[in-house]
Amino acid sequence: MTTHHDQELSELKDKLLTMASLTEEAITQAVKALVDRDDEVGRKVKASDDAIDRLELEIDEMAIVLLSKAPLARDLRFIVVAMKISQNLERVGDEATSIAKRAIKLNREPQLKPYVDVPRMAELALSMIKDGLDAFITRDAAKARAVLPRDEEVNAMHKQLQRELVSYMLEAPPNISRCLHLMQVAKRIERIADHATNIAEEVVYLHEGRDIRHLKAQGADD
Amino acid sequence: MATLSNVTLSAESIAAMPAAIEARDVKLYYGASQALKGITMTMREKLVTAFIGPSGCGKSTFLRCFNRMNDLIDNVRITGRIEIDGQDIYSKDIDVIELRKRVGMVFQKSNPFPKSIYDNVAYGCRLQGIKNKSDLDDIVEQSLRGAAIWDEVKDRLQSSALGLSGGQQQRLCIARAIAIKPEILLMDEPASALDPIATAKIEELIVELKKDFTIVIVTHNMQQAARISDQTAFFYLGELIEFDTTKKIFTNPAKQQTEDYVTGRFG
Repeated sequence: MTTHHDQELSELKDKLLTMASLTEEAITQAVKALVDRDDEVGRKVKASDDAIDRLELEIDEMAIVLLSKAPLARDLRFIVVAMKISQNLERVGDEATSIAKRAIKLNREPQLKPYVDVPRMAELALSMIKDGLDAFITRDAAKARAVLPRDEEVNAMHKQLQRELVSYMLEAPPNISRCLHLMQVAKRIERIADHATNIAEEVVYLHEGRDIRHLKAQGADD
Repeated sequence: MATLSNVTLSAESIAAMPAAIEARDVKLYYGASQALKGITMTMREKLVTAFIGPSGCGKSTFLRCFNRMNDLIDNVRITGRIEIDGQDIYSKDIDVIELRKRVGMVFQKSNPFPKSIYDNVAYGCRLQGIKNKSDLDDIVEQSLRGAAIWDEVKDRLQSSALGLSGGQQQRLCIARAIAIKPEILLMDEPASALDPIATAKIEELIVELKKDFTIVIVTHNMQQAARISDQTAFFYLGELIEFDTTKKIFTNPAKQQTEDYVTGRFG
């Protein structure tokens, strides 16, 4: 039997999924704006960020109304987790916008180097977001946990790219401004992976009721 | 000592607390039908333990075992063991009147005597032989203060208790129960007939009272259990399904049946 209450929870879930698909699309398009040197695509990313922001507000509003009905156990965890996921997605949207802006600036100058690492890194970060949200839908805590180690891979790629860009800067001062833009792009992607990690941790909490955040920092990693 | 909030209280710290009531394999039969199917659990001193579960699950029946209120019903048979302070309360040498002094009770419907406010509170003490007026005055004032109703009734102690509002009558009954200084207070849905403001006052009072008393409360209101209790027991069809910290029961219960009940999906 689907109750009125179940239906309201499912509306919240649907809204979160809409937000997630817009956010994933924003990442894809932001990287496309860079790789294809397409300003028009970059401008669309900025526009789509408004829709993502609006959804964050709508999700919070729905969640607050649902919390006022004093849900418990899984329902309670679901609503709190939905709010946290939406907050992370909103930040991911901001990162995508920031990448798009840098792409538009980079498009005004000749391409510094072939973009290989940036799209790879972005693809990995995007897969982390996607898998975290899949795990949210399919109630698959193991899949959410599998997202977590990939953050280290993204971090390693980020460091490597930084080193490479530093060497470009040392080679020729005219490279510096483009390198700085690219460094920012890499940093934004690295942050997207951090948000994906947060989302995956929330999904584990939703399905298992266990809070696995900051376990490494506390030296209690299991 | 400051009372611990149920937000921070852990299962480990609860397990280290002294036991107030220990039930072991308690079975209760009304004639041929079995109402409790072997309940084993420990309620700790100066904590609030909530019993939840759908109507007919046995939670009130179990509560009434602790001061032997079920003795008053014909055809009831109880097996197993219930200890209060290590003493078997169903042993032959237990004085039931003495037991009920140690284990006070507050009911769903407030039931003041048709007497003055003062006499309602003093009643139990007079039965115990306290006659001295100033001693009684002190006890009445302390109890009414303890039940957070003193300020509302201090100028009309000689008026009839029946003239009080429902919420005031319930707090008066709590004052009457604590006047004889029990160790344990049993509460059977004490706020279910009250409006939200009177309910909030009773809940606030329960949290205050746990400084001095062990409290066991039956409630149908799960948010109430979540607000005031430290431990929660979920009963279903005469069985104890799950008993854990309130925090655990209402955020992440271990059993599917508990989950379904607290999220309103059955029961």
